[in-house]
Amino acid sequence: MNWSDVWDAMFGGISDYGDILALVSNSVIAGAVLGLVGGLVGVFVMQRDMAFAVHGISELSFAGAAAALLIGADVVTGSILGSLIAAGLIGWLGARARDRNSIIGVLMPFGLGLGILFLSLYSGRSANRFSLLTGQIVSVQSGQLGWLIGIGLVVLAGIVLIWRPLRFDSLDPQSAAARGVPTTAVSLIFMLLLGLIVAVSVHIIGALLVMALLVTPAAAAMRVSSGPVAVPVLAAVFGFVSAVGGILLAIAGTLPVSPYITTISFAIYVVCRIVGARRERIPRGTRTGTSKATPA
Amino acid sequence: MSSDVALHIENAALRRGDRELWSGLDLTVHAGEFIAVLGPSGSGKTTLLRAILGLDRLSEGTITALGERVHRSGNRRIGYIPQQRPLARDAALRGRDLVALGVNGHRFGIPFPRRADRDRVARLIEAVGAESFADRPVGELSGGEQQRLRAGQALADDPRLLLCDEPLTSLDLANQQAVTALIDRHRRETGAAVLFVTHDINPVLSRVDRILYLAGGRFMLGTPEEVLDSRVLSDLYGTEVYVLRAGDRLVVVGAPDADDTHHHHHDDDEVLS
Repeated sequence: MNWSDVWDAMFGGISDYGDILALVSNSVIAGAVLGLVGGLVGVFVMQRDMAFAVHGISELSFAGAAAALLIGADVVTGSILGSLIAAGLIGWLGARARDRNSIIGVLMPFGLGLGILFLSLYSGRSANRFSLLTGQIVSVQSGQLGWLIGIGLVVLAGIVLIWRPLRFDSLDPQSAAARGVPTTAVSLIFMLLLGLIVAVSVHIIGALLVMALLVTPAAAAMRVSSGPVAVPVLAAVFGFVSAVGGILLAIAGTLPVSPYITTISFAIYVVCRIVGARRERIPRGTRTGTSKATPA
Repeated sequence: MSSDVALHIENAALRRGDRELWSGLDLTVHAGEFIAVLGPSGSGKTTLLRAILGLDRLSEGTITALGERVHRSGNRRIGYIPQQRPLARDAALRGRDLVALGVNGHRFGIPFPRRADRDRVARLIEAVGAESFADRPVGELSGGEQQRLRAGQALADDPRLLLCDEPLTSLDLANQQAVTALIDRHRRETGAAVLFVTHDINPVLSRVDRILYLAGGRFMLGTPEEVLDSRVLSDLYGTEVYVLRAGDRLVVVGAPDADDTHHHHHDDDEVLS
């Protein structure tokens, strides 16, 4: 492969960009919704220390989708079923962080193994196989896209309605329980919403890359801010920019969408880390500088 | 029941497996009373507080808090300051937000900001003297600063009963006094009753009305003079225990851990220093 092949793969479609964009406009909307909602949900994923759970849920979601593909059922429904079973199991058995991690560690390879088994039994179009693991939003049918957008909006509404009790339970669970927050119910509802949004992400960026939209944007936002409004707003913006930006760049060529999304979200994280580290260093430097003499 | 009773516990018992931690506990706490709860770790102090909040269950007995039989979990009319534990450094939480959780953290629905909430949070921050660090991330604050904010959160609904679970653990002397003083001020200004679990009686000794001492499968309730006595505590523990005076501090020496038949980390509870 030489440079002109690379150029073609990345920008070969640039002359027809307008036509391609019109074709995939629903995908862009789905990406936008997922980016926004994923960023918001990610804030709670970080606060509840559930990044690993997201990964575990996505593998079972993949298994569900693969099973649906094999038996000819709807793939979105399959992925949602897989997601909800995983989220339910993790929420039910893994109330404490340590239990949770071991349960996820057990579930994850099982789910992935099941999925691979179903895919190898599947004899249909082979492009479908890989797309569940690494994602290909532009190949999702438009009927399914409508579902994905709808589910994303349901999760958005749910997360907004339980926002404050969920935040209380995530940050200060003891006090939340003492002040009458129904912590068990709030946690289960969150797991349900998390399961739904993971299922949506599996179709857009693939089971293996779900964290790029459900963890990275929120993690980046937390490096540069600690405000209760600023962090979720930034996380949603970062998610939006990664998802929409990734799709818009990808359709200029023939490369898949996912690497663009993961690269943008990673780049945002790196920038935020640098900004955050620099901001932290300045006040500390001045504080110790006056009290401690540096040895020459 | 008279209206100045903040808390009434009747015939309470707590058992873990076949081991009885205490039984036959009757306790009536009046408005404005400051009660210290002492005892080695594993003697059920935290469980007692959580039972009053409806989060844990006693093996026996009934609890009436602020005129209401405890039946559901959690109660916003009771203030609760949990044991100090470090908050995550990158928790997206400033001091002000920790207090705000007490004001509106229980509300479902679209989180519109409200002016009344903001004012309430500002007043609470002022009440606990946290203005200077209220806008910094909690992860960067010292244990004492975090505990002040927790106190502010606990006072959100102007509680008439305040439960404090070792709020002074891992604080330095100045912060111990500051946190104790602001809890005591709330008691004097509003007539709230205070139940204060502590390892160390000294920071609160001058404010305490009565002591509930849980140990050796039994309990002892009385004024500090009655309870903090070598003979009384030796009787309670069933072994030789000494209450010594070191300057203006009291030290209990020789008290065994309540939990010594179980695997449990033995911290410094034999010395009530």
